[in-house]
Amino acid sequence: MNDVVAPIDSGRKPLTAASFKSAYKPVWCPGCGDYSVLGSVTKALAMVGVPPEQVAVVSGIGCSSRIPAYTSCYGFHGVHGRALAAATGLKVARPDLTVLAAGGDGDGFSIGGNHLMHACRRHAGPPHIVMENQVYGMTKGQPSPTTEPDWDSKLQPSGTGMRIFRPLVIALASGANFVARAFSGDPNGTADIIAEAIRHPGFSFIEILSPCVTFRPEQREWKQIARPSPVGPTDDAARAARRLMTDDGFNIGVLYAGNRKPHPIGGKPATKTVEELTAEFAL
Amino acid sequence: MNTTSRGARRSISIAMAGSGGSGVLTAGTLRLEAAAKAGLYGLMVRTSGPQIRGGEAAALIRLASEPTQSLDDGFDLLLAIDWQNIHRFADEIPMRAGAMVVGDADEGEAPEVFLRNGARAEAVPLKKMSKAIAGSWTNMVALGVAGAIASIPLEALEAALSGTWKRGPAALEANLQALRAGFEKGAQIGALPALETPPANGKRWMLSGNEAAGFGALRGGVRFVAAYPITPATEMLEWMSPALTKVGGTLVQAEDELASINMIIGSSYGGVPSLTATSGPGLALMTEAIGLAITAEVPVVVVDVMRGGPSTGIPAKSEQSDLSYAVNGLHGDAPRVVVAPTSIADCLAATQWAVHLAEKLQTAAIVLSDQFMGQSRAIIDEPANIGMVAERLVVEANAPDFKRYRNTESGISPMSIPGTPGVVYTADGLEHTEAGIPSSQSVDHKLQLDKRERKLLKHDYGSAWADIEGDGDAAIITFGSVTGVVREALARAAGRGVRAKLIALRLLAPALPERLERALDGVKRVLVVEQNHSAQLLRYLRSVYDLPGRPSSFHRPGPLPLRPGELADAIVEWRNQ
Repeated sequence: MNDVVAPIDSGRKPLTAASFKSAYKPVWCPGCGDYSVLGSVTKALAMVGVPPEQVAVVSGIGCSSRIPAYTSCYGFHGVHGRALAAATGLKVARPDLTVLAAGGDGDGFSIGGNHLMHACRRHAGPPHIVMENQVYGMTKGQPSPTTEPDWDSKLQPSGTGMRIFRPLVIALASGANFVARAFSGDPNGTADIIAEAIRHPGFSFIEILSPCVTFRPEQREWKQIARPSPVGPTDDAARAARRLMTDDGFNIGVLYAGNRKPHPIGGKPATKTVEELTAEFAL
Repeated sequence: MNTTSRGARRSISIAMAGSGGSGVLTAGTLRLEAAAKAGLYGLMVRTSGPQIRGGEAAALIRLASEPTQSLDDGFDLLLAIDWQNIHRFADEIPMRAGAMVVGDADEGEAPEVFLRNGARAEAVPLKKMSKAIAGSWTNMVALGVAGAIASIPLEALEAALSGTWKRGPAALEANLQALRAGFEKGAQIGALPALETPPANGKRWMLSGNEAAGFGALRGGVRFVAAYPITPATEMLEWMSPALTKVGGTLVQAEDELASINMIIGSSYGGVPSLTATSGPGLALMTEAIGLAITAEVPVVVVDVMRGGPSTGIPAKSEQSDLSYAVNGLHGDAPRVVVAPTSIADCLAATQWAVHLAEKLQTAAIVLSDQFMGQSRAIIDEPANIGMVAERLVVEANAPDFKRYRNTESGISPMSIPGTPGVVYTADGLEHTEAGIPSSQSVDHKLQLDKRERKLLKHDYGSAWADIEGDGDAAIITFGSVTGVVREALARAAGRGVRAKLIALRLLAPALPERLERALDGVKRVLVVEQNHSAQLLRYLRSVYDLPGRPSSFHRPGPLPLRPGELADAIVEWRNQ
């Protein structure tokens, strides 16, 4: 992925995907889908054309949440489940930065599920990238909210019996304005979707199917199953909801792109000095 | 108590009570305004039943000739608009012998509990009087009655009402009439001894501790707040929301406290001084991420307006029971700053200082306020600006050999702010090397633990770490809103020939053993005063300091405030042991 995508101001080398990669070697297992997602994220950032120091990648805890340090951007590796909260605070306080929240399905949907709903509602940004592998990998193989109810594991020997969580439907029902599904086996398509999400104002949600070959080796078959969505994106939320409730989780592409404008939070120029506020207290 | 026996009174205490919606808190606020206009100092404490609306409420007002930060032992006047459930306030509103209890006979008899000590009951047809003046409210009649009894000039009451009026002129006129009718009636009932008017010495302010803390945060440089509503911290946020907009800042209402704290860590990582405010349950939820702020060295300020705990506890009443949690309640070895304001006025300076410390030391600073300070309003002398503001050590663009967590002598490492080229790093809650790379090596862990501890211990906190008054071989150590009560109790004890030194700790963590040792030089006996059940301050002090002798303790949980009279007695007894 060394292709030159976007030139930037003179005196600096043109931005490529490589411009956004750090020297650190990922902790991920060989064959993990997250390597490919890292490639797509860096390519998308090159496509968008902001220099690395103007980008912050914010994450929580989990295998995929190690991604910030593997970029040459500013990174924030916080606590489990709170990537969206930290990223929202950063984006609202620093709207000039390009901010990405990234993590896995346990981080984003279980411990951090509440923040997903409210980030969709708030629509203040940043894009949320969830690397979906239906398992807790870092703790070595426990079921996540998107794991099938009958999947055996040491912790849940006969499965959880719990119905799977449908993140895209939840995002849509919570008011997300941009809902997409990507697949790590299609890095260029994934980069295109991430770039589109970054350019789309406000919050956007991308589920990226990213196989865990260690604890879910059967996910290698996703390569055969994942397919481009038979229909393009809609801006009709009800239609998108019907499609998402009936799809098998392997339709890839931007599935919903609405027209809701982000609600501005703060960012207004000062009209008073702090000392002028003392008039409220003075007798 | 001693205030009743003097010719010229230094303070009078008035309670105005009624069921929810009767407007007693509005009337109480206006009374305080009127007293301010008459040149007096004062304090108004709000209290209410458990209901959100429709429950009983009372304004507990103390008017004084000098700045006052505590309630007195008893009340001189109780004026109730009705008696529904007002008996529930019996232990919060102890009446003095010779006090007046005024109520509306149409609303029933005054409960015996208020008359037990020899107070006399008086009846005023508040509702009927209000009905006779179309468009007027009963609480304005009550305000007039109480104002006359407290010898507040009618003009001051009228000016307070007119000055804060937000509705039409016709309604204002009707309520001014009601006020005058009440005033006339009150004057017939009798008057409490007039207060000596203090000399007009410079400007005065009227504000609550929550407002003071909010303003102190802004003065310190806070421009981003994320928070989740919780009693009794909500008013601080409601004051800050429009105030932040005016000064170019931002407030985000978060979905929960986990989001609040992580949002402000995100914004502060982005270079914007940030704060959240909460109460005990919220602080409990935030502690994991406070550990992150400490480890990743991201400055944040967390204001805890303490209430009765644990769990939901007594949400609208005061207690100093989050102390142990604030100083100890994090996982891992996590040095943090804990600051406690010692008065309503000090909520301003202490919060401003906390912003300064968090930013300077790149750590989490917890401000321990409480419901008593937070929700009470006081007339105070205009506080001096301590001048402390956010000063973060920031690295320049393309600085050579940048290491975010560099092992400096001071322990403070220059921080880079996103957007700055050539000094990119990843902030991490994982233990890390000086360069910020995750590491589980013992050498890195030890080095970073030492560094995070050292930067707090090496800082010069100046004289603000404690208020130290008086001298002698005995000392009272206290903190927070109880300081005002201790100060008054010490003054009374001095009148009885008993003296002690006061040490009111503003900096609770880190502990500064050398400074306390110096403050306790020559002190042989210590009494620790606090408002909680398990003597948390005493336990904490014993864990971090060597206190002289066998320390004594005066502690009681909320919700009842400590009273200066009982504490003065306790001090005298302690000194005579």
